[in-house]
Amino acid sequence: MGAWHIEVDENVCVGSGMCAALAPDRFVLEGPAASVVQGAADTDADEVLLDVADSCPASAVTVTDGESGEVLGPRP
Amino acid sequence: MLGPPGATQSAQGRTALPVTTGNPPSATFPWERPLTSTTPPTSTSLSLPAPVPYPFNEQGDGLGLHAAYADAREGAGMVRVRLPHGEPAWLATRYEDARFVLGDLRFSRAMALENDEPRYNAARSKPSILSMDPPDHTRLRTLVSRAFTRHQVEGLRPWVRELTSGLLDEMVAAGSPADLVENFALPLPVQVICELLGVPASDRGQFRVWSDALLSTTRLTEDELKENQDQLTGYLAGYVAERRADPRDDLMSGLIEARDAKDRLSEEELVSLCVAILVAGHETTASQIPNFVWTLLEQPEEWQRLVDDPELVPGAVEELMRYIPLGAGAAFPRYAKEDVEVGGVLVRRGEAVVVSLGSANRDPARFDEPETLRFDRPANQHLGFGHGVHHCLGAQLARMELQEALRALVTKVPGLRIAGEPEWKRQMLVRAPRVLPVGW
Repeated sequence: MGAWHIEVDENVCVGSGMCAALAPDRFVLEGPAASVVQGAADTDADEVLLDVADSCPASAVTVTDGESGEVLGPRP
Repeated sequence: MLGPPGATQSAQGRTALPVTTGNPPSATFPWERPLTSTTPPTSTSLSLPAPVPYPFNEQGDGLGLHAAYADAREGAGMVRVRLPHGEPAWLATRYEDARFVLGDLRFSRAMALENDEPRYNAARSKPSILSMDPPDHTRLRTLVSRAFTRHQVEGLRPWVRELTSGLLDEMVAAGSPADLVENFALPLPVQVICELLGVPASDRGQFRVWSDALLSTTRLTEDELKENQDQLTGYLAGYVAERRADPRDDLMSGLIEARDAKDRLSEEELVSLCVAILVAGHETTASQIPNFVWTLLEQPEEWQRLVDDPELVPGAVEELMRYIPLGAGAAFPRYAKEDVEVGGVLVRRGEAVVVSLGSANRDPARFDEPETLRFDRPANQHLGFGHGVHHCLGAQLARMELQEALRALVTKVPGLRIAGEPEWKRQMLVRAPRVLPVGW
């Protein structure tokens, strides 16, 4: 389990590609919706992931604390 | 002097217009071009159905959606159309096809610049963020998107709430009736975008002229359009020079820093981006506010529902974004970079596709009772802000402004009513009342 956990809600995703642009090692946009790169969902804490969650125009990216499950991003 | 009562006006609202232009698309077109065909693109014109004139909606009053869209959705889905200028295009009318075309990277906006793109005005579009593909587009978009995150936008909400409240107080103090556009719908988004960008809101009279010109379809000659483009570009280039000498805490200074320090933006991109932000940042929101009010007052029980429970406003904003066909017709064609099958039709490499967001948003295959306003519509994934890499950059900002505008209206002037004939925009890419007399 990594320190943080990232998810993309593919039903909400509008395919803007923001996540894949800001963190190409963790997100990929192939087809109609973005997804987390295989094996990258549990990750070390990284500020850029909060930027990704904030920048998503559909708020489809969620960053949670790997231990507590607390939602860290998008920031309110 | 009051206008006719609301009941008379509702007649000209969203009732579907009769089919009067050209032949409506029907299911009888010869779509059966085999997907395995090896005919080169140059000779496919023989096998393509004859394009029908487009846009379907004539320049008229109200926010109706032409019956031809429903015919097309139920029939072929993908229809060959001819816009007033440029080459023919496929028109996507179904939700699934619309979303697919907007989201699939095999469709290019950049290719529109190299082709005789289907368009409403004789003038060719200039390169901008709207005519770029990834990865160039992504580079520009990530620079600007930081200013438009939900976090940033929520930070502006208290100020916007004060702004909406202040504008309505002034309108009410000046007495009923009043023009909702001039007194509320226009100054609100203009002040917000000027604040973000860092240009004086006092110049808004001039923005309105330029912005109208840039979004006009056939109202202006090519020379007039170019003159307006040059003036707006010159105006913003002046501010760019000023901010470069004396940076402030605004979006333009941030973009200049990105240009100068990281060399990631060319000067031309920088100015064109500011033009796009200024125009897109207020014209659409300024149009949707009177469109929302017009639509709700045509269905007074829906207005009353919001008056009784303003907590419904966020859901109402999403539903109104779905319900109202803001665009006068599908615009911003995408070009197929390779052969792609869309909704059972083979779109050949090099062919253009335009997407009707208004039609997709009323597709019964995606939305139950699409002609009915439902503020509690579950999973309302409307395409009102588009989809894919060009999904509205300012969607979160627009949502927040529209929510605050609607909340202020239903709480401060619950007795709002239409107080005269609206004057509708003509020959513009977006539809809305230019003047909307209201009383309270």
